[in-house]
Amino acid sequence: MATKASRSAARLMMAPAVILLLGWMLVPLTMTLWFSFRKFLPMRGGDLGWAGFDNYARFVTSSSFWPAVYTTLLIVGGVLVITVMLGVLLALLLDQPIWGQGVVRILVIAPFFVMPTVSALVWKNMFMDPVNGLFAHLFKFFGAEPVVWLTDAALPSIIMIVSWQWLPFATLILLTAIQSLDSEQLEAAEMDGAPSLKRFWFIILPHLSRAITVVILIQTIFLLSIFAEIFVTTQGAFDTRTLTYLIFQRITDAQNIGLGSAGGIYAIILANIVAIFLMRIVGKNLDA
Amino acid sequence: MGRIQLNKVTKTFGDVEVIPPLDLTIEDGEFTVFVGPSGCGKSTLLRLIAGLEDITSGSIAIDGNDATDVPPARRGLAMVFQSYALYPHMSVRKNIAFPLRMAKLDQAEIDKRVNNAASVLNLTDYLDRRPGQLSGGQRQRVAIGRAIVREPAAFLFDEPLSNLDAALRVGMRLEISELHKRLATTMIYVTHDQVEAMTMADRIVVLRAGHIEQVGSPLELYRAPRNTFVAGFIGSPKMNLIEGEEAAKHDAHTIGIRPEHIAVSADEGPWSGVVGVSEHLGSDTFFHIHQTGLAETITVRADGEVSFSHGDRIHLTPRADVIHRFDAGGLRIA
Ligand SMILES: Nc1ncnc2c1ncn2[C@@H]1O[C@H](COP(=O)(O)OP(=O)(O)O)[C@@H](O)[C@H]1O
Ligand SMILES: [Mg+2]
Repeated sequence: MATKASRSAARLMMAPAVILLLGWMLVPLTMTLWFSFRKFLPMRGGDLGWAGFDNYARFVTSSSFWPAVYTTLLIVGGVLVITVMLGVLLALLLDQPIWGQGVVRILVIAPFFVMPTVSALVWKNMFMDPVNGLFAHLFKFFGAEPVVWLTDAALPSIIMIVSWQWLPFATLILLTAIQSLDSEQLEAAEMDGAPSLKRFWFIILPHLSRAITVVILIQTIFLLSIFAEIFVTTQGAFDTRTLTYLIFQRITDAQNIGLGSAGGIYAIILANIVAIFLMRIVGKNLDA
Repeated sequence: MGRIQLNKVTKTFGDVEVIPPLDLTIEDGEFTVFVGPSGCGKSTLLRLIAGLEDITSGSIAIDGNDATDVPPARRGLAMVFQSYALYPHMSVRKNIAFPLRMAKLDQAEIDKRVNNAASVLNLTDYLDRRPGQLSGGQRQRVAIGRAIVREPAAFLFDEPLSNLDAALRVGMRLEISELHKRLATTMIYVTHDQVEAMTMADRIVVLRAGHIEQVGSPLELYRAPRNTFVAGFIGSPKMNLIEGEEAAKHDAHTIGIRPEHIAVSADEGPWSGVVGVSEHLGSDTFFHIHQTGLAETITVRADGEVSFSHGDRIHLTPRADVIHRFDAGGLRIA
């Protein structure tokens, strides 16, 4: 794609896709922006006119706002820590030559293909049910009192469910990264007197840093908007109301489109701050 | 100290025997070159000595102590890999210091040794760079630096120059030889390039399919190759091997005559043929002669000023005192 002609041809051919994507993004964005400045209560009089920054002020001063931000950060942070750490471990394991490697790898990837709603329901009913769940049976087998997961440990439960979904993604990316490590580097380190833990720390981990940043970047963007897992389990109760879920409640439960839209705009700003912040890290990493 | 003994060492990968039983002793301070065609097991042999591969049977002793089951880090050997295997996220200084850090030396000693190695290898100005910012030759030197700071009993090199361009290769060849003279440490050097073997080695080990074909000094191998394989492998251009009637005149199945031991002349000599391609190197000219009735092609080295054209019929005179004779099994007849 070096010549001027080929470059403009490329632009022309990419144009439909770009325009479609832009429209797809711009229409809802503009509508959200528009509604966020309106007092719009569908069941209580409809569009009641211009609201200025009222919605924005009310959204952040509401007593639910900061707890929702805190919950969001806990879920995102918790899932990131779990998926990255377990992902590195699993990738190291899967990199070993084992019997039935292909099948094991497919099994490890499988959770990624389960829809969030389905996986949350499976966890809720098959594992975490306090009477019939597998965990309850396990606890009873050892003579312990079953934990009522989604009530007593709601946030950790959701973190667990979401981590289970995202672990395959992290593992996959990290596994390809591990496989791209030149084995002579490890052999050199071995001859230099580094035992396996030190080889991991000084050679493998630095080699993985770029892949880890990519995993964190992509997961953060998706994790900020998790919804189904909360909707089918706790419905936002027991301190599991994230920012996304709060916006949803403002619109459906409180029937306040304006307030919800203002929350949406905050969420967009938050996501972009995270994205810019992470892009910089990745950019730096890719330069080095 | 670095005397390495291999006793009946074998190595198999699955059912494939890469190294059949092999005995070899490498004396302390010696520069030994393993040479042989690609895939003959040179790297495998080196990795067995390093401990990066487990030997299938036999034993390895370093300085008289059995090292067969000693892990690589404690064999006291340093290896320079073909890919250099530098740690890309560490500066040159950290790369060179890495083995010392792993050995938990104190910082002052580490700095002293790193700076010393850097000045020996002309790397002082590059200590704070990453390997990615260095040229091939500099990376090679960093890899060597990382090896010498450990003060190992022996150095192992696996085709260290094969990724460098021709001019740099000649330079590094000299530097490594120089280093060997200065350190007087045992070095084992693997290459498929017989020129590297001839120019650097105290002793050459010629390998074919895991077998040792011959061990000896470069000149021993040049003067008295033990069989036709070594005869064809050592020396450049290759020795001419002639079978049939001409060989029978010398009571041999095959005779060998090196290109530099044949004189060319426009009008006299016992052999004659037609000039094919001539390679002019300036100092020398190599003629490839066809239709001699002896072999497909006879290669001849002549002075750079000698000039024949493609298609000329010329005459050849072999030097009678340097004709090598081999029997039907390819072995040298004394
Ligand atoms: N890890 C391995 N598994 C199976 N075969 C191998 C392995 N390493 C080397 N070999 C085989 O052993 C032979 C010798 O290889 P190598 O020692 O790398 O040759 P060289 O260094 O002389 O080119 C080759 O035929 C190669 O295919
Ligand atoms: Mg090799």
